[in-house]
Amino acid sequence: MAIAATDSFDVSAPWGVNAQVSVRDEAFGALAYHHVTRRLVFLKSPLLVDLVRNLERYDSAHDALRALVPATQYARYARALASLATAEILRGR
Amino acid sequence: MGADSTLRDRFERGLAAPICLTWELTYACNLACTHCLSSSGRRDERELTTDEALALIDEIAAMQIFYINIGGGEPMIRHDFFTLIERAVAKGVGVKFSTNGTRIDAAAAVRLAGSDYLDIQISIDGADAPTSDAIRGAGSYERARRAMDHLAAANFGPFKISVVMTRANVGQLDEFEALAAHYGAQLRLTRLRPSGRGAQVWEQLRPTRAQNVDLYNWLVARPEVLTGDSFFHLSALGEPLDGLNLCGAGRVVCLIDPVGEVYACPFVIHEEFRAGNVREAGFAAIWHDSGLFGSLREPGSPGACMSCGSYDACRGGCMAAKFFTGLEMSDPDPECVFGHGEQILATKGLKVRPVPTPDHSRHIPVSLTRR
Repeated sequence: MAIAATDSFDVSAPWGVNAQVSVRDEAFGALAYHHVTRRLVFLKSPLLVDLVRNLERYDSAHDALRALVPATQYARYARALASLATAEILRGR
Repeated sequence: MGADSTLRDRFERGLAAPICLTWELTYACNLACTHCLSSSGRRDERELTTDEALALIDEIAAMQIFYINIGGGEPMIRHDFFTLIERAVAKGVGVKFSTNGTRIDAAAAVRLAGSDYLDIQISIDGADAPTSDAIRGAGSYERARRAMDHLAAANFGPFKISVVMTRANVGQLDEFEALAAHYGAQLRLTRLRPSGRGAQVWEQLRPTRAQNVDLYNWLVARPEVLTGDSFFHLSALGEPLDGLNLCGAGRVVCLIDPVGEVYACPFVIHEEFRAGNVREAGFAAIWHDSGLFGSLREPGSPGACMSCGSYDACRGGCMAAKFFTGLEMSDPDPECVFGHGEQILATKGLKVRPVPTPDHSRHIPVSLTRR
């Protein structure tokens, strides 16, 4: 199933890091670089980095959010994932 | 939109690896531009061998440096140029390289067009031959245009047209934009620094204060124009320009020169900003442990800019521009938009300025048309 990177981020779908993207850990979180769009993106918290790196282990973004993020932060991190999908840092699996 | 301030503070303390690593492959150049920031011309016999360069690429890949900016001299003069860039791309390290275009014929354009991880910046310094050739040498503009034609014919995609802003070409901004549109190219504008041979022409070629205001307004209206974070000293004029708006030297930026010396940024090729040599320690050790880089990552003092309300916008400007005009690091940028730098320069007029070193200039006239 191919999910185009659009503004509508489907949390019930399986997601992962785009194969064209490199992620490098930094003290503040990580830097992600998309080699084709040449876009550099800042992942501004270690928790977001953990979430992004582990998305592939879950059947859906929703499952990953439930497992890795405090319930009170769910909406915030879902929004962060949506913006990463828009930037094509994430890709539907 | 600029980066938020907490992120900027993080960047000032340095990163695990540079974002913007420039690697100048050779000091050899077939042109002799008057403003060359690396005083290039003659090859240095100590330049990294192919094996050393390949090992450095492997180290860059291991550090997860996303891409390298390759320059020179003229990088395509190196006989192993394609070997090196193809190794980098194979290792997942993107390559952006700057060239005068003279070596991009039809065959080279086809080879270059074969990689998605490759960006090319072709340099011109005027929107017409007389303006550009006055800086880059007779025939250079036509050769650069021919390279652009070859890249377009090979369907390379959106290459970059790179221009150093000078007093003679700020008035041509719209023409540069039209030229880029003609090729489907991206326009990239950078700041003239008083570095390398640029030290000798900076006074005559640097944009006037009024031109800098024009340039700022033009850039604010065109966030799609690339600047390499070059004009952050102009952000004091109003809303910040796109980019990090800080001096990245030793923090997010550094330079490896053709003989393996590591400098804090491409514009400070001078002993005072030399952090080490990749032949001795390896690049990662220099990046992490250099005392020079450690000191550059400490919070800066606003110095003479303390009382100016715009310090947070321009952060005192460019370290290289200050250094090579004889200013202190705590002084304003020599092109401070409020004229504070010019005032201090006027009082220091007789002070001896640091001489850019080393110098690989050829001391013979260069003619492209006779090649």
